[in-house]
Amino acid sequence: MTAESAFEPRLAQRRRWGKVFAVACAVLSLFGIAVLTVLLVRIVSEGWPWLTTKFLTNFPSVLFPENAGMKSAIYGTLWLIGLTAITSLPVGVGAAVYLEEYAPNNRLTGFIHLNIANLAGVPSVVYGILGLAVFVRLLNLGRSVLAGAFILSLLVIPVIIMATREALIAVPQTIRQAAFALGATRWQVVRAHVLPSALPGIATGAILALSRAIGEAAPLLVIGALTYVAFVPEGPLDAFAAMPLQIYDWCDRPQPEFHHLAAAGIMVLLGILLPMNAVAIGIRAWHQRRKVW
Amino acid sequence: MSTAIVTVKEKLIHFLLFTCALISIATTTGIIWVLASESFFFFKEVSPFAFFFGTRWSPILVPTSFGVLPLICGTFIVAVGALVVAVPVGLASATFLSEYAPMTVRSILKPTLEILAGVPTVVYGYFALTFVTPYVLQPLIPNAEVFNAASAALVVGVMIIPTISSLCDDAFRAVPRSLREAAYAVSATKLEVSTRVVLPAAMSGVVAAVLLGLARAIGETMAVSLAAGMTPKMTLNPFESVQTMTGYIVQVSLGDTPAGTIEYQTIFAVGMTLFMITMTVNVVSHRVMRRFREVYE
Amino acid sequence: MVTAMDTRSAPTSETAPATPSFAIAIDATPRSPVPDTPAVVRARDVSIFYGSFCAVRNVSLDMGANRVTAIIGPSGCGKSTLLRSINRMNDFIPSMTVTGLLTYNDRDIYGSDSDPVALRRHIGMVFQKPNPFPKSIYKNVAWGPKINGYRGDLDELVEQSLRHAALWDEVKDKIHQSAYALSGGQQQRLCIARAIALQPDVLLMDEPCSALDPIATARIEDLIDKLKSAYTVILVTHNMQQAARVSDRTAFMYMGELIEVDDTTTMFTTPKEQRTQDYITGRFG
Repeated sequence: MTAESAFEPRLAQRRRWGKVFAVACAVLSLFGIAVLTVLLVRIVSEGWPWLTTKFLTNFPSVLFPENAGMKSAIYGTLWLIGLTAITSLPVGVGAAVYLEEYAPNNRLTGFIHLNIANLAGVPSVVYGILGLAVFVRLLNLGRSVLAGAFILSLLVIPVIIMATREALIAVPQTIRQAAFALGATRWQVVRAHVLPSALPGIATGAILALSRAIGEAAPLLVIGALTYVAFVPEGPLDAFAAMPLQIYDWCDRPQPEFHHLAAAGIMVLLGILLPMNAVAIGIRAWHQRRKVW
Repeated sequence: MSTAIVTVKEKLIHFLLFTCALISIATTTGIIWVLASESFFFFKEVSPFAFFFGTRWSPILVPTSFGVLPLICGTFIVAVGALVVAVPVGLASATFLSEYAPMTVRSILKPTLEILAGVPTVVYGYFALTFVTPYVLQPLIPNAEVFNAASAALVVGVMIIPTISSLCDDAFRAVPRSLREAAYAVSATKLEVSTRVVLPAAMSGVVAAVLLGLARAIGETMAVSLAAGMTPKMTLNPFESVQTMTGYIVQVSLGDTPAGTIEYQTIFAVGMTLFMITMTVNVVSHRVMRRFREVYE
Repeated sequence: MVTAMDTRSAPTSETAPATPSFAIAIDATPRSPVPDTPAVVRARDVSIFYGSFCAVRNVSLDMGANRVTAIIGPSGCGKSTLLRSINRMNDFIPSMTVTGLLTYNDRDIYGSDSDPVALRRHIGMVFQKPNPFPKSIYKNVAWGPKINGYRGDLDELVEQSLRHAALWDEVKDKIHQSAYALSGGQQQRLCIARAIALQPDVLLMDEPCSALDPIATARIEDLIDKLKSAYTVILVTHNMQQAARVSDRTAFMYMGELIEVDDTTTMFTTPKEQRTQDYITGRFG
């Protein structure tokens, strides 16, 4: 058999299948974008007429959906995020700094890493259950903003730790070595050299983690956060409402007016979240472009 | 500053940072302790056998029954249904992004998928309830109920597409160029290289990605509780109303349940079951991922 | 600038390298030193660019059938770039452009009707680092022929290919085990078997021994010597002694240009160009 007749390569047929496959991959890739587009179009078309200043400044109402508003939910979410940021960011960044810069490479450290990866995969309701037992009952914080913030902090701390670790790992060892060679202590090296270099990565991770916390409703439901709150929280121990909870409640009602309210509420929520995500991704892209090393 | 003060300060900072790291262990311990201790009280009233193998879940309505299988079944239908949507789309996106898409398309498509990941789950629940069920499912399947598992499965699937897609993309990119070059050098087309060399080589990374997506789908709460319904039953028909473990926990929490009642304790028993299932899936996924990384790094 | 056909009449090295007249038409009567067998692969004024950077500049070279042509030169001289253009492996680098004429059996490799996939069935490649597929030894050798619709007995083809690659005796009892269990030298011979299973005409070898120990290297050099009876071998190597040992003709490249090409013995004993002399004696590179 000559080399030519030994093979039947059927190139045209193989190329045709290749084209079919490429088109199929492209089409399926666009499926997610298509759904996102339909979702956004739906939300805007349903919610736009209901998105008035009244909506932003009124309290919710069961009897008069035309007059209902999201004021308590917006304030509640702002309180929640503020408190969550204050508690979760130092702990998350601190833990990551310890694990990357200080911790020896022993079994305890490895175990902590594994632990954090597992915690990142625990469903949010379980954090709610934990919070119910520890913060609401045991520490007697009740259904307060502080309890909610603590739960959300526990939820996002693993995410912040993982993102911060990646940012720290990306800082080259040579920078640390140069600083140590000048006689700096470990904290001086970290504070003056490592953290500033890692800051964009940490910022991206922190913003994405907090935006996830803003959207979480499940743990707050478990601790029994109320949804028809006609006041804004004035201190960390006050009861509160939150945007995703309010939206959930409106969705749960059968009357179509409430579904429109839900759509309007979603627009407000996305109006905060999407820019946050865009800023985080923008910081990451800018940082990757200007990387000097 | 004298060296003594500096050393004290350094030690203090070291200690503070160490405490931060311990919070993760404290959290895990807390979760396990809380779930286990309340479940302990629960299992004094209800036998573990009846709980884990019973097929009727009716904790309040008489005659009461505490078989958790219907909830697991509901979770299962939604999670598997979500994978049916997310795995083909995620794999196709990852293949498209890593093998076919030019840089310009990639730089648009990747961030868009990340936006999909940033949308809160209540929004997906709203979408399932007000659009997917009335405009997509009910026209196609006339007998579909208002609350059904398929609607929830569809949106949860869309929700986990970014997870699966980006992890599979990472897995494909981890396959070394030399392997692709070797395949092209023996006269293979791009399709053959992608599906018969790259995909098998990246397979454990893909499996880890799918398992991670599965764990997320199992733990998903808001979308399923809005769309899937509140009727726990043992069924494989996705167009009926079901209830998932997460949906049940939310349902009980919304009502007035005094602490110490058996109903209150079901939150912890179901929570513990949920935790064990997701923990197992996550641990397996990480093991598989670690083995994959060892091969290619 | 010196072409393959004109080294004899080039001026001596006291003057600057001249540009003698030369024939670039592909059917021009060749003058020695040229391959003593018909040229299978021909380069005429081939230049290769990465974006705006010129990696290979106006190279003209003939590779004769059933001979081993070695391309030597210091790192970065463009020899691997030139080699990878022959089976169009450079197509995967988006910024790469090739000008000039590169032919295989007198057909333009970069012509508009040329199909890279079809081309690679006739021009095989062995890479610098052994890269077997994560499959069994058998499947490594059989995969290429299978997807190309091999009509004969695959088992026989696998055995023949492994024999020709001097690997059969070592693996015949474990042919269905993973290729990764083999040593580096064995893996490279497996890659050679994989390449020859497609029954190509030309075998491109890109520094095939640079990742191997001396004993494995020696075995593969022996193999190359036997392979030329069935294939045309084009070997890129940074190891001059290797080129001297195994090749029939050697081409010396420097900074993208072809400095000199000649019969190997002549090249290493009486090179015409000063730069060749300097490189061979280890002055640089």
